[in-house]
Amino acid sequence: MSDIAPASGALVGASDLPSTAADLHHQFEEIEQQRDAGNMGMWVFLATEVLFFGGLFTTYTVYRSLYFAGFEVGSHLLERPFGAAMTFILLGSSFTMALSIHAIRMGRRKLLCALLLLTIILGAIFLGIKFTEYAEKWHEHLVPGLNFHPTVDQLRGAPGDAVDLFLCFYFFMTGLHALHMIVGIGLLSVMAIRAWNRSLSQANYQQLEVSGLYWHFVDIIWIFLFPLLYLIGGPR
Amino acid sequence: MGVAVAQVSPPTGSRVHYLNESYGIKSWLFTTDHKRISLLYLGSITVMFFIGGFAALLMRLNLLEPAGAIVQPETYNKLFTMHGIIMVWFFLIPSIPATLGNFLVPMMIGARDLAFPRLNLLSWYIYLVGAGFTLYALISGGVDSGWTFYTPLSSIYLTTHVLSAATGIFITGFSSILTGLNFIVTIHKMRAPGLTWFRLPLFIWSMYATSVIFVLATPVLAITLLLVGLERVLHVGIFDPAIGGDPVLFQHLFWFYSHPAVYIMILPGMGVISELVTAFARKRAFGYKAIAYSSMAIALLSFLVWGHHMFVSGQSVYAGVVFSALSFAVAIPSAIKVFNWTATLYKGSISYQAPMLYALGFIGLFTMGGLTGLFLASLAVDVHVHDTYFVIAHFHYIMVGGAVMAYLGGIHFWWPKMTGRMYPDLWARFAAFVIFIGFNLTFFPQYILGYLGMPRRYAMYPPEFQALNVLSTAGASILGIGYLIPFVYLIWSIRYGPEASPNPWKAKGLEWEHSPSPPPKDNFEDVPVVTEEAYAYAASEPARV
Amino acid sequence: MAEPLVPVRTYTMVFVALLALAALTTGLAYVDLGPFNTVAALAIAAAKMLLVALFFMHVWYKPGLTRIVILAAFFWLSLLVSMTLIDVFTRNWTPQPTGWLPGS
Repeated sequence: MSDIAPASGALVGASDLPSTAADLHHQFEEIEQQRDAGNMGMWVFLATEVLFFGGLFTTYTVYRSLYFAGFEVGSHLLERPFGAAMTFILLGSSFTMALSIHAIRMGRRKLLCALLLLTIILGAIFLGIKFTEYAEKWHEHLVPGLNFHPTVDQLRGAPGDAVDLFLCFYFFMTGLHALHMIVGIGLLSVMAIRAWNRSLSQANYQQLEVSGLYWHFVDIIWIFLFPLLYLIGGPR
Repeated sequence: MGVAVAQVSPPTGSRVHYLNESYGIKSWLFTTDHKRISLLYLGSITVMFFIGGFAALLMRLNLLEPAGAIVQPETYNKLFTMHGIIMVWFFLIPSIPATLGNFLVPMMIGARDLAFPRLNLLSWYIYLVGAGFTLYALISGGVDSGWTFYTPLSSIYLTTHVLSAATGIFITGFSSILTGLNFIVTIHKMRAPGLTWFRLPLFIWSMYATSVIFVLATPVLAITLLLVGLERVLHVGIFDPAIGGDPVLFQHLFWFYSHPAVYIMILPGMGVISELVTAFARKRAFGYKAIAYSSMAIALLSFLVWGHHMFVSGQSVYAGVVFSALSFAVAIPSAIKVFNWTATLYKGSISYQAPMLYALGFIGLFTMGGLTGLFLASLAVDVHVHDTYFVIAHFHYIMVGGAVMAYLGGIHFWWPKMTGRMYPDLWARFAAFVIFIGFNLTFFPQYILGYLGMPRRYAMYPPEFQALNVLSTAGASILGIGYLIPFVYLIWSIRYGPEASPNPWKAKGLEWEHSPSPPPKDNFEDVPVVTEEAYAYAASEPARV
Repeated sequence: MAEPLVPVRTYTMVFVALLALAALTTGLAYVDLGPFNTVAALAIAAAKMLLVALFFMHVWYKPGLTRIVILAAFFWLSLLVSMTLIDVFTRNWTPQPTGWLPGS
């Protein structure tokens, strides 16, 4: 690709981030090895997360194939516009996250901090919508186990148990996802602080890269949750 | 391995090494040195081993009489549950990886530590927190779901401390995941110059395969236990048949982890055996690549067979056929290893120190346990012996006759390296014999009991089974004594044992040839450069008497 | 640094594509396509995932080991799903007895 900068550390242009390299930890022989190991470590961790969420996706798949009618009705009880909005917001936050890596490579501290802040804000808005949804479900008495009294209208002929199961998955899957979002926001806040006080630099940004990987992964989970929970079956 | 270490190490007392380079409890509790962390784990899992063993002792005492000799059935249920939970998750799964693995992986590949030393320490603390929750469950009245937590019993009907036990296991799972992650990255990225994949010791191949399983299987256990916990707390019915939930689905999720988990327990043991057999026969490993590939094959195939725990659960017969066929397949790489170890012994220069005795015991007992696994993999036979003592005998032959013996063999073999001291060899050989005899007396009768129909997890049994049960309990007492003996002399040796030379076994391997006993904090003076294959013993080497 | 610098233009094009796909999947959900609704939704989700992984997470620019790690994770997950479904889908291929007594 012709517009990729040369593979060296020196980048031309104004830079208000220090170029101090990261500390070499004693177990490594070279800084490149340390970076490589750190990246691989995050990817292996993401592999574990795939299996972690995967167990939930498996259970979901089994029950959806057994009780499609109930799952379809359950899905229509969710607000598709909310789901779509959350999807767009999260995709946007991935975009700003990716741009933040670009910013630190260019040494632009203030832009980096702004982008990280924007990513965090988008994440927070996502969570705000999610918790609003949860509150709404509570008011509609559609929370399995704690407050579940669906009306005949809501069930639309599907067995209540199957709708109950669907909503269990709705809460568990989005809840687990939200937990990961909260962790992600915490991570990025730490990154933003470190970016602001110059602990991160053009030559020492691996923790930002690794945090970014985590954030994108959480976005990918939502990319699947959205159609699987909100878009089952066709129109109502 | 190609680099001579000409140093004559001064007596341990005057040389600085990883044990004496700093003192005080904080230097241990906040260490990031993989060698110290391995000892922290060693202490912790030994404590858990004796707690789990005590539960087993009470169980076997109770089974002296057909009507139950010392405990009520409700208590008995709690005993076998805690025995299973503690032995599986708090002893066997961490045993070799967290002790020998942590100590040896960096040393065997010529690295100064693991890739992520602080994560390593964190994984020990996570283990402790998990153990704390589980012991709390034990102390506050116990759990009686069985270590398998089958639903809806565990998720709806039990009133015992299922939640704290499940939480403890959930937390400890992350300890495993971090260890596996650390090993994978370390082995990929931190091998010494010249140390290509096919020059690695076979122990490293085993640890790598084990780590793959750690990383891919454990998260599924985590989500499964989370679902059980949520069901208990929120009273939702994910696995409740009354509202359409599927209990067999729980079993799919549970065994998807738990079957590979048993390979987590045996693969490291196999790795140890490869090291012991080559060292004490003073020969290259026969079929090195076959053993290496078999380790990876086991890691993959172990994920394809879990349904063999569910043949009578209501699972589809067709799925059963698939799982059965694959279960036969998974035996093949294990068998390949046994053949290769045997071929390594052939015309070797064999000496019979304690580690070798444990290795020989492993090969025989593991083979018996593995063969009975084939019986269980056959659908029709399994219908007869499922949930009987036959199954118990099968897995104890592998986990105790196999994994624990490999663990003890490894501890003895690397003890001089880890502590700088030698243990008393005569006592060690004696203990190995006691353990071997006690083990077989305990568990061989259980094959017969199971085949005759005695069910497992029962506090009482028909009177015609008493003789065999008494035999088994007698064996268990001998086995218990057998385990106490090394506990005593190994601890004794730390202070009073003769100091060990850098390589008392004259074994090949970076940990032996490139580092004194005990090693310095940074493992080596200089980073080794590897030019030899693994186990490059000379064509004819005399046995060490 | 061995890492190539991905240009902003690439990121922007990927983002626009992601938005378009998100709009597409939302829109399709209002059209009745029968079973194809699910297929389309999953295919679009997979495409979005690939875009995020390849370009935002830089997998496109990374050596093989990273791809092996990800592929392994998804392969193993597929084992869990497929072999569980083998059971679930074939359970009623054999008649299930309802009880011990004759005639049941």
